[in-house]
Order: sequence, then C-alpha cells, then structure tokens
Amino acid sequence: MELDILTIAASRQAIQQKQMTAKALAEAHYAKIASDDPKIGAYLTLSKERAFAQADKIDRLADKGDELPPLAGVPLGIKDVMMTRGIRTTAGSKILKDFIAPYDCTAVERLEAAGALVLGKLNCDEFAMGSSNENSGFHPVHNPHDLTRVPGGSSGGSAAAVAAGMAVATLGSDTGGSIRQPAAFCGVVGLMPTYGRVSRYGLIAFASSLDHIGPLTKSVKDAAIMLHTIAGRDPMDSTSADIAVPNYVEEIGREVKGMKIGIAEEYFGEGLDPDIRAAVEKSIENLKTAGCEVVRISLPHTKYAIPTYYIVATAEASSNLARFDGVRYTHRSAEAKTLSEMYRRSRDEGFGTEVKRRIMLGTYALSAGYYDAYYLKAQRVRTLLARDFEQAFQKCDAIITPTTPTPAFKLGDKSEDPLAMYLNDIYTVTADLVGIPGISVPCGLTREKLPIGLQILGQHFGEGKMLRLAHVVEHMQAR
Amino acid sequence: MKVTEQDVVYVADLANLELTAAEKTRMQKDLNNILEYIDALNELDTTAVEPLAEVASKFAPEQKQGAQRFSYAMRADTVKPGLSHEAAIQNAPDSDGKFFKVPKVIEK
Repeated sequence: MELDILTIAASRQAIQQKQMTAKALAEAHYAKIASDDPKIGAYLTLSKERAFAQADKIDRLADKGDELPPLAGVPLGIKDVMMTRGIRTTAGSKILKDFIAPYDCTAVERLEAAGALVLGKLNCDEFAMGSSNENSGFHPVHNPHDLTRVPGGSSGGSAAAVAAGMAVATLGSDTGGSIRQPAAFCGVVGLMPTYGRVSRYGLIAFASSLDHIGPLTKSVKDAAIMLHTIAGRDPMDSTSADIAVPNYVEEIGREVKGMKIGIAEEYFGEGLDPDIRAAVEKSIENLKTAGCEVVRISLPHTKYAIPTYYIVATAEASSNLARFDGVRYTHRSAEAKTLSEMYRRSRDEGFGTEVKRRIMLGTYALSAGYYDAYYLKAQRVRTLLARDFEQAFQKCDAIITPTTPTPAFKLGDKSEDPLAMYLNDIYTVTADLVGIPGISVPCGLTREKLPIGLQILGQHFGEGKMLRLAHVVEHMQAR
Repeated sequence: MKVTEQDVVYVADLANLELTAAEKTRMQKDLNNILEYIDALNELDTTAVEPLAEVASKFAPEQKQGAQRFSYAMRADTVKPGLSHEAAIQNAPDSDGKFFKVPKVIEK
C-alpha cells in the first residue's frame, strides 16, 4: 500500500469494496509512524484505542454492506491545539504537558461522525506561534522532503504527517499562515476557510479574531471533502456563520473558463525566490490556457500587514493566554509559596521564549498610554487592508500569489531572529486579517527539489470558486 | 530605545511573567526591534479610518440593526448538562476532590 499517495476517496472506496479493512488501514499507518516518525517528529501523542474502536465500527458497517459515510475509515491526524476527549492535548506547550482534554473540538467531532478515525495528535509551534515548528515545547519537526529543513509552521506536524504518508489528511489551524505556509513547504494542499466558516469550539485560542481551523490534504478534492464535513454553523461557537454550506466536492472538475484571476505586483516583489516566481507564473499561464482571464490588481497596503498582524495577534494572545496560570489545568510550579508566585513561576516554567515574547508585546501594546498608538492604530490599518481586498474583488473572482517568498529553510536558520521568522508569513497573513479564505496548492519544485506552493485567495465564503481553480492548478501541474 | 528596562519589568508584572535577568535583556532588545518595524504603520494617516476589531459582523444580515444583527449568535436559554464536576477538576494540579487548591492568598 502506497500510503503517501492514498487519498480520502480511495481509502473509503477500498474499505467499502472490502479490499481492506479500516483496522488494517489504521495498522498500516501506525506501522509507518513507528518506522518513519522518529526522524520526522510529527506526532506528539497516538490515540490507538480510540482509532481502533472507530475502525471496528466502520468494519462492522462494511460487513453489513451498508453505504459507508463519506470519510469511513479514513485515518486522520489532528493538530495538538484541538481538544480530543480523553486524549492528551498540549498545544505544543510544556504548560499543558499533562492536560487531558475533557471534551471534543467540534471539527474533530464532525469528522468522526463522518466515519474518520483519529490516529493521534500532531506537533506544532507552541500555542501555534511560529513559522518553523522550532517553537514546539517538545521537539522540532523535520521536513520529509529534506530532514535538515523545517516543515514550516505552526501546523508543521500536520503538513509533515500528510507529506510522509503518516495520515491520509490532517487538521491544522491558521492565524497568520499556519496552514498554508507549512503546506507549501511540505508539498501538500492546505486550506484556510473564511472566518466563521468552520467552528472553533475546542480550539485552544491564540488570537480569536484571526484563528481558523482547516484541512491539510494530498489533493484539492480531499480538501473539499474535509471542508464540506467540518463547515457550518455550530451553536457552541457564536462566531460561526449561519450561512448554508454548499457542496464543495461538486466544484472539483468544474470549468474555470471566463473566471477572472487577479495578480497583484505587491506579491511578486523583492525577496521572492526566482524558482517560486517561475513556477507560479507557469501555473498562471496554465489557468489562462484553461480559459481564465488575468486581471492586474493592486493591494497597496500589503507591506503593512505584518506589523498590523503582530499587534493584533499578540494583543489578543496576551489576553487569551492569561488563563494558563497554574490553578485549574496547567503545570504548576513546585517552587511557589504564595499565589502570585505560583502564577508567575508556573507561567515562567511552562511557556517558551516566543510565547513569552508575544505575551509581552501584546501586553505592552494594550497597556495604558500605548493602546491608541499601537492597538487602535493596527485596527485602523486593518480596515485599510480589508478595503484593498474589497476593491480588488470588484475586478476579479480570486487572487493568485505565491504562498511563501522562499522554500523551506534549514532548521536553526531563523530561530534567533524573530523578525526574519515573522517575514515568512508576508503573503499569507493578510487573508487572516481580512477574513477571506486561502488555499495553498503544490505547483512545482525548486532546483533543489523543494516543494513550491501557489496560493489562491477567494472572496468571503468564496471557497467554491477557490477550490475549482485550485483543482485546475493541481491537475495541469500534474501533466 | 523605546522600551526601557523598567518598561520590561512593568509589562512582565502586568502579564504575570517572571523573567530572569538574561531574559529581561533579551526581551528589551527583541521588543525594541519589533516595535521599530511596527512603527512603519505611522507612515499611514488613519485619522479618518474606522478601526476593524473583527470580521464576523460583516456577514450578519444587513437589514437588521444594532444587536439584532447578531441574532444568529443567540440560542435558547435551556438547561443542558455541562462539564461534570469530576471532568472539570480532573486536570487540577492540586485539588481536594471538590475544589482547586492554591497556596494561601491572604497572609496572617
């Protein structure tokens, strides 16, 4: 069984047609994890009991000859920022190293209800803060394409597991690029839905106005299947939109003729790797061949997106992470004599450097005397960024950009320079700030044989057209 | 240098973080570097621009006014089982089985 190319549809079909059992498929994945993960480091916790219980259920259904649910027997991995009842959930942080989640994240619950099984929990940057997975409180993740390189982050484990065939698909989370950037680095598909499209109930919050849950998969069609399963209103998340979920899977294979794709020069400027530029331009030519019309657009405030993001995201994080205080469910320092010592020491021992840095920056930006200059200023610029896209989308259906300015870099290359690390998200971060969906699709390799990601940004709730275009990019690239 | 060492101490105190001397020095340097970069925002005149705190309300039905725009986020106030007491304290670092235990708050 070639696990690294096994898709959702193929897994389900094989189980439905009794070519293999769900149990055997899960076992094959665990064998692959046992042999390959020691050098990659994608998994933090395996949930075998839960996975095999679900596999048995699916196999009994298959034995009866019933029509199986859409994700029947499909082995998935879940980024460790999502709650999984009875299973250790750490957010990649030592402060939660022994935390057993008391309930399930809605997205996980919906995937299991559709027949999927959860193999385990995936490594990530601590509290999803990072672009290389080097900020994991446990161990870094290595890129399956080149073990000396990072897989990207923060959903580095989610991307690496899919790329290495250690899960058919995974869930990640995206606050500034954390699904799309690692997808690009590892050569897989990564989709961030519109803000409000997918419930965040059970997602450990980093920055609530920016956090999204989305899939990482081996194909655009698989991304559509995953999105279709997890999307839609959830009474447990008041920010989930009450907007009907279209059948995203039906978009796959539909024509793109006559669709207008926007190209913004701000995304092709200084710092863009020439191989990435060439591969993206080649895909744009392919889309033209498929009948798309290319429209020049301008997103003039692009260069302000990273500074805006690092105020908004850190301000929200400083508030969200206040709950990890040593009282109810976190690590507690053994040293503390008083309550206030306990808070401080527990947080000091439990949080890593980047998390502390972001809490400090966010607290500073919100503190008396600086609120207007930083937090409010960033919110005003956020409006300008949103206007850029409103105007652009009057002229086009979707926007095509590179996902990242460079391919995967070496471990250690940027870990001492937070600013250099932040600039990795230069093409992805704006979509989070304005709430539009984005997908990264593999579109070739650099001369060094490293994967290249092409990003498609859609209109609010425009995942359908975005997926349609993504499928064409994927399909024409394969030829 | 915008952020002084006293600022670092003050903000760490607000954020309930305890930093070592080495961490303080590093933090001061990092915060200043990042804030210098963030200062680029001041190139923009935003006096007439409304702040955008969240994007969800963009999707609320337009025809409704005020709090009604968010009526989709409301649900009936019915009693349902929540997290059990046991589940709520299962991860407690210290507990007596009923309550979370913490070090003494008020000194004699």
